[in-house]
Amino acid sequence: MIVKDAVCPFCGCLCDDIEVEVEVESGRVVGVTNACDLGATKFLGGERLKTPIRREGKTWKEISYDEAIRYAAEMLLDAERPLLYGWSGTHGEAQCVGVHMAELVRGVIDNTSSVCHGPSVLAIQEVGHPGCTLGVVKNRADVVIYWGSNPIDAHPRHLSRYTCYAEGFFLENSFRDRKVIVVDVRKTRTANIADEFVMVRPGGDYAVLSALRAIVRGKTDTIPPTVAGVTRDQLIRVADLCLNAKFGAVYFGLGLTMIPGKNKNVRNAIELVTELNRHTKFTISAMRGHYNVYGSNEVNTWMTGYPFAIDFSRGIAFYNPGETTAVDILARKECDAALIVGSDPAAHFPRKCIEHLAEIPVVQLDPYPNATTAFCSVQIPVAVTGVDAEGTAYRMDGVPIRTKKVVSSDYLSDEDVLTRMYVLMQEALKR
Amino acid sequence: MTELLVKNAHVIDPLSGINGETMDIAIRDGKIVEEVSAAADVIDARGMLTMPGGIDSHTHICGTKVNFGRYMSPEDMRAGRTPRRGPMHATSGYSVPTTYGNSYRYSVMGYTTLLEGAMAPLEARHTHEEFAYTPLQDTMANTLFDGNWSIMEAIRDGDVKRVAAIIAWMLTAVKGFAVKLTNPGGTEAWQWGKNVSCIRDPVPYFEVTPAEIIRSAIEANELLHLPHSVHLHCNNLGTPGNYTCTLGSMGLVPDLNPKRQTLYATHVQFHAYGGSGWKDFSSKSEPIANLVNMRPQIVMDMGQVMFGRTTTMTADGPMEFNLYRLHHEKWSNHDVELETGSGIIPVIYRRKNLVNSIMWAIGLELALLTKSPWQCLLTTDNPNGAPFVKYPEIIGLLMSRRYRDAEFAKVHPDTGSRVPLPAIDREMDWYEIAVMTRAGQARALGIQDLGKGHLAPGADADVAIYPIRIDEVDPSAEFQKVIDGFSRTEYTIKRGRVVARRGECVVHGSNATIWVRPKVSENYDMGKDPDFVEKFDRYYTVRMSNYPVQENYLSRSRCIETETEL
Repeated sequence: MIVKDAVCPFCGCLCDDIEVEVEVESGRVVGVTNACDLGATKFLGGERLKTPIRREGKTWKEISYDEAIRYAAEMLLDAERPLLYGWSGTHGEAQCVGVHMAELVRGVIDNTSSVCHGPSVLAIQEVGHPGCTLGVVKNRADVVIYWGSNPIDAHPRHLSRYTCYAEGFFLENSFRDRKVIVVDVRKTRTANIADEFVMVRPGGDYAVLSALRAIVRGKTDTIPPTVAGVTRDQLIRVADLCLNAKFGAVYFGLGLTMIPGKNKNVRNAIELVTELNRHTKFTISAMRGHYNVYGSNEVNTWMTGYPFAIDFSRGIAFYNPGETTAVDILARKECDAALIVGSDPAAHFPRKCIEHLAEIPVVQLDPYPNATTAFCSVQIPVAVTGVDAEGTAYRMDGVPIRTKKVVSSDYLSDEDVLTRMYVLMQEALKR
Repeated sequence: MTELLVKNAHVIDPLSGINGETMDIAIRDGKIVEEVSAAADVIDARGMLTMPGGIDSHTHICGTKVNFGRYMSPEDMRAGRTPRRGPMHATSGYSVPTTYGNSYRYSVMGYTTLLEGAMAPLEARHTHEEFAYTPLQDTMANTLFDGNWSIMEAIRDGDVKRVAAIIAWMLTAVKGFAVKLTNPGGTEAWQWGKNVSCIRDPVPYFEVTPAEIIRSAIEANELLHLPHSVHLHCNNLGTPGNYTCTLGSMGLVPDLNPKRQTLYATHVQFHAYGGSGWKDFSSKSEPIANLVNMRPQIVMDMGQVMFGRTTTMTADGPMEFNLYRLHHEKWSNHDVELETGSGIIPVIYRRKNLVNSIMWAIGLELALLTKSPWQCLLTTDNPNGAPFVKYPEIIGLLMSRRYRDAEFAKVHPDTGSRVPLPAIDREMDWYEIAVMTRAGQARALGIQDLGKGHLAPGADADVAIYPIRIDEVDPSAEFQKVIDGFSRTEYTIKRGRVVARRGECVVHGSNATIWVRPKVSENYDMGKDPDFVEKFDRYYTVRMSNYPVQENYLSRSRCIETETEL
C-alpha cells in the first residue's frame, strides 16, 4: 500500500509530498519516496522501546502504561518546581495538554527554542518580523541569502522545494534567474552552490550586517577596506544585489543565534531587511529545526501569551528568558522534577544541567532510547507523530499542516498519554 | 433535559420587535422555548436589561496574525494577567489577549458570538485551532480573497461563475464563513513591495482593478446565496483624502439581496478621511454617512478609535508598512502565497495628537450621522481602533451628549475646526444600542435564521442580562452607570447555561463554529478543474490533498449548506 502526500515529521520544512510504502501484512514502512535521507530514516524507524520502563537500581524494569502514567502524575504533583520541557517533536494537540498541565501544577514549561532560536524570538520581540510563507519566496524571489545556515545538510529539501531549484511562477528559469548568497564562517556544502560566498570571521556577523545596513543607507564611504574579513568590494556587491532584487529572502540559522551577540545579531539582520523594504521587497525567516518547534511556540503563545520559557509558579504566566528557561532552571538546581516530551536535552544541554537532571526524578516520553534515557526514572514509549500518530504541526513559516498516520500500532500518542496524566492530576487535586 | 427560566427580565429584542417589555424567558436544552416545566432552574432578573447575547461582526481574535501580535509583544502580555481561578485558565494580554483572555472578557461583557475578521485560507487550520480554545463564544471566520490568483485570473477572463466556484471550493475547504476582501488587489501588489492607490489602479501582472475584484466578488457571493454579503476593507486605509476612494467603492454596489445588505464595509472610520496630507487632515464622516443613508444595500461598522495603547493588525500589509514608517515601532509582515498578506505594529492613540483626536471623532460621527442603527454597527475593529473592552465606553459616548462634550474638551484643541462632532445632538437609546451590538450583526451576517441575535422561541439561548434598570437610569446624565452596566453582566447565558456571573466565568464551555458549504454542480467543482489543480501542484507549497481543514478541528460544527446558481 502506498500512502501519498504524507507529511514528514523531521525538520521545519515539513514536506507534505512524501510517498510512503507500507507492507500490509507486517504493517511496516518499507519504502519512502521524495523524502531526504533524514526524513526517510525517520519514516523507516528503528528499534523502539516495547513498553514503559522504570529504573530500579542499575537495571530497567518493564512496567505498564497505567503504572508509568501514575508515576509521572504523582511526580509532577509532588514537585515544588517542576519543569515540562521539550515539545518540539510532538503534535500541537499534545502541546496544548502540556500547557494545561504546567498551569495546573504551577510549573515551568519551556521548549527547545530556548537552546535554538530563542534569541530570534527575543529579536522579533524588539523589532518585529518581516516574513512570508515559503511559497511567496518560491514564486518570486530572485535573491536568496542563507546566513549562518546550511540547508544542504540540515534542511536538505529547502532548496529544491522552496528556493533555488523550485519552480517559481514569476521566474522563467528558476535556477538561472535566482542569485544565491551564502554567508558563513566556513565553506559549507551550501556555500559551494552560491553565486556569492561571503566568508565572515567567526563572531563578525554583527559587524558585517551593520556594514551592509550602512551601504543600503547610502553611507558607503564609512566602510573600511575589510569588515570581519570581508572586503569592502564584496560588501558593496552584496548590497547592490539586494537593492537590485525584485524580491529578496534571507534564511538564517544557528550561525547567527548561537554565537556571541545572539539576539542582537538577529535584530541587526531584521533591521537590514526592514531597511531594504524601503527600496524593494525583502523578507527574513529563521530555519527552524524540529518539524514542530514553531508549533510549540504558537501553542504556547495563544494559550499563555509567550512563545517559550513560561513560569506558572505564581499562578499567572510569567516570562523571563535567562531566568525561566530550562537551562537556567536546571543550572541553578531549582528544578526538582522534569517531564521531557519530544526532545533529547541530555544530548544538547550544558554538562551542569545534565548533572542536575541526574539528581532528580525525570520522566521522558519518547519512542526510542536516547541520551536522555540514561537520566530517566521512567521512560514511556509513544507513537511517532506523522508515522503511527496524527496531529497538527506548524511549518517553519507558520503554515499549519496535519501530519498523517501512515501505519497503525498499539502505541499511545503523546496526546493520549498526557491526557491520561492530566486527568489523574486533576482528580488528585480535587480530592 | 435541562431547563432554565429567566423571570422578570426587561427585554429589548429588536429582531422580535420587543422594545422594553418585562417578561419571562424559557430555555430548554440550549434553545429558547415557549414554556418550561415547574422543575426548571430559575433566575430572577429583577427587571434588569436583558438582550440577546452580543455579537461582534468584526474582531481579530484568532489565527496567524493575531497570534503573531502576541508572540512579538511580551509587553502587551504583561499588561493584562490573571491567574488560574475556578474553571478559568490563566490569561495574559491587554490589546491582544490570549484565547482564554478574549473569551472570558467578551463573555463577561455578554458577548456570545464572534466573527474573526480575516483568515488566510492557507493558514485556516490555525484559526480553527484557536477557536477551539475560545470556549465561551460561537465563532466564524471571514476568509480572505483579496489577492487570490485563481480568482483574479477568472475575473480577467470575465468568468464570474468561475469566481463563485473558486470561492465555493475554498470556503468549503477551509471551513470559512464569508468572503472578505482586504485592500483588494493591494495585498498581491504588496508581495512586490507595491500597492494600489484606489479602485481603478490595475494589480501588477494580473491586470485587474480593485473595482473589478469588488464587483465580481459581490456577484459571485450572491450566486452562491451566502448568508453574509461581501465583507470589504476598502483600499487606501488610513490615508488623508481616502474618503473619495471609499465613496467610489460604495458606489459600485448594486442592491441585490432583499434579506440583507449587498456590501458590508468594515471599520469605515479608517476610510473617512479628508485633506491632502496630515497637515489639513479632517473628518469626512458626513459624505460617507449621507451616502449610506441613501443606500440600504450597504451596512458598515464603526472601527472606533479609543485613546491608549493597542496593536494594529490587518491583512493590509502595505498599510502596516506605511504606519511603521510613521511610528517607527516594531513591524511584522507576513505575506501568504497566492492569496493575501498581513502586517502588525503596536500603536498609541493620543488625545494630544490632532490626527488621533480627529479619528476618535469620526467613528462616533459615523454612528450618529447614520440614520438607521442597522446600517452602522458598533466595533473598534478590535484591537485596531481599541481593544474590545472599550465597547462600554463607546456605548456611553453614543448615549450621552454630555459625556461626549466632556471627552471632547480633553482632546487636541484644534479638533473642533476639523470635525462635525460638536454640532451633533443625537443621543442613542437602549433599543438602538441593542441593534448596534447584536440584532444588526445577526441580520448583517445572515445568522438570525440560525437562531442568533434574537430571543424568539427556537433561537439559541444566548442571553445577556445587564445590571441596569433602564427605567431608572438616565443615560444622558448617568453615563458612568451605563458604562459599568455594560462592562459586566449579571448573567451571561450561552447555549442555555450560565457561563458568566458578575465578572467571573463559571464553566469551561465549548464553542461551535459556523461555516458554509455552497452546493455546486459537478461542472463547477474546482477540485476537479485541471487549471485549478495545476495551481496547487506547481505554485502552492502545500499539496492540494493536505489543504482542506478536517472537520475534527471544529469542536462543534454548524455547517450552513446553500443552494447556488452554479
